[in-house]
Amino acid sequence: MCLAVPGKITSIKSSNAEVDFSGVKRAVSLDLVPDAKKNDYVLVHAGFAIQILEPKEAEETLKLFKEIYGQDHGDASGPLGHNNP
Amino acid sequence: MKTASSARFSSPLWRDHALAASAISEMGLLASAAAEKTGGQVNFMEVCGTHTMAIAASGMRKLFPKELRMLSGPGCPVCVTSQGDIDRVLALAGIPGVIITTFGDMLKVKGSKGLDLQSARERGADIRVVYSPLDAVALAAAEPSREVVFIGVGFETTAPVIGGAVVRAKKMGLKNFSSTAFFKLVPPALELLLSDPENKIHGFMLPGHVSAIIGIAPYRFVVEKYRVPCVVTGFEPMDILAGINMLLKQVISGTPSVEDEYFRAVRAEGNPAAQKLMREVFSVTTASWRAIGAVKNTGLEFSKAYSSFDAVKRFKIKYVEAPEPKGCLCGTILLGKALPPDCPLFGKGCTPSNAVGPCMVSSEGACAAWFKYGG
Repeated sequence: MCLAVPGKITSIKSSNAEVDFSGVKRAVSLDLVPDAKKNDYVLVHAGFAIQILEPKEAEETLKLFKEIYGQDHGDASGPLGHNNP
Repeated sequence: MKTASSARFSSPLWRDHALAASAISEMGLLASAAAEKTGGQVNFMEVCGTHTMAIAASGMRKLFPKELRMLSGPGCPVCVTSQGDIDRVLALAGIPGVIITTFGDMLKVKGSKGLDLQSARERGADIRVVYSPLDAVALAAAEPSREVVFIGVGFETTAPVIGGAVVRAKKMGLKNFSSTAFFKLVPPALELLLSDPENKIHGFMLPGHVSAIIGIAPYRFVVEKYRVPCVVTGFEPMDILAGINMLLKQVISGTPSVEDEYFRAVRAEGNPAAQKLMREVFSVTTASWRAIGAVKNTGLEFSKAYSSFDAVKRFKIKYVEAPEPKGCLCGTILLGKALPPDCPLFGKGCTPSNAVGPCMVSSEGACAAWFKYGG
């Protein structure tokens, strides 16, 4: 039930957005992410965007996966993930 | 056509076989080293039902090293809802003229008399499955002569969403919309598990989407008070494998911390707007958990300012303690003390098409996941 799906905001009208989920478009409330802008990626749960997603950080995660678990693994530059000691 | 950015979120690399094979092979080495620290078996708990389903659907469990045991935790909303609260949902469905709106997961959860919302519907109750609580608000606006009740269950991911719908109903001046607030909180649930003297959990795979709302700070006590490793984890197969390896490394190093593998969605501070809305619409209260009972400060109820939207108060539905279904181990499974095949009813008297307990009903229940995918 905590399933949430990423999509891209294609337009915003007051606090409602149209979000594109790989071709399927739906109306989504931006009440919980008031800073979201057009072209942002958002995580959507039950009709509400609950967080703005960072494509750069997705890219960084994939890069780390490749470094740690790819062909040339063993020379990873650092730990995967952000530590919060 | 997909843009380069969207490709990052749907990239095949999130479930790449070669990367997964390499992660599994590292997991084998890490698990045997971690097992030396824990005394033979390493028990991690995936707290979230969406993780339970993602693990089962990927088939990765069969590839886990023998030292590693992934337990399903109390993170399936329908499963943790007490039998007494399920009975209250059915009582609401029995009120003439009321339209019940709900997520689909709730339809087949049986009350203490063996009935469920589906059977209530067959007997004439008006029950509608919605995608969003906003659909329920729109229905209330379209049907001013009917009372529309939303069945609100869930954790910190869902509470602000339902809170947001209630705020919208208030702004629209709707008098015929209400919701239940049978919400549970994840950090107190972890404390419940950890404070049990029989607890043998060596690490928590923390729920990605609950954490997107609440952030990292609420989990600090797990590390500081109980010295148990934590990794906030995403839901793609590579996220999960990487998350497990991060937990194993923490066990080996003996230096627990709250790591964030899902940093593309989870910030340390969480979602402050959602937290503010939750504080406005709800207040922390005693919640009734399946198999555990009522525990102080582990759930949310409507705040005074929004109490007129509380369906249970509006229709004066009393709470009556009710026993678990006979023979059902759902509660024990939620506490990480048993796995679905340990239940004598599993796959025999209890299957998804004829479920005894909620862990077999919910699409995120541990029993449903094991039944469908073989663990």
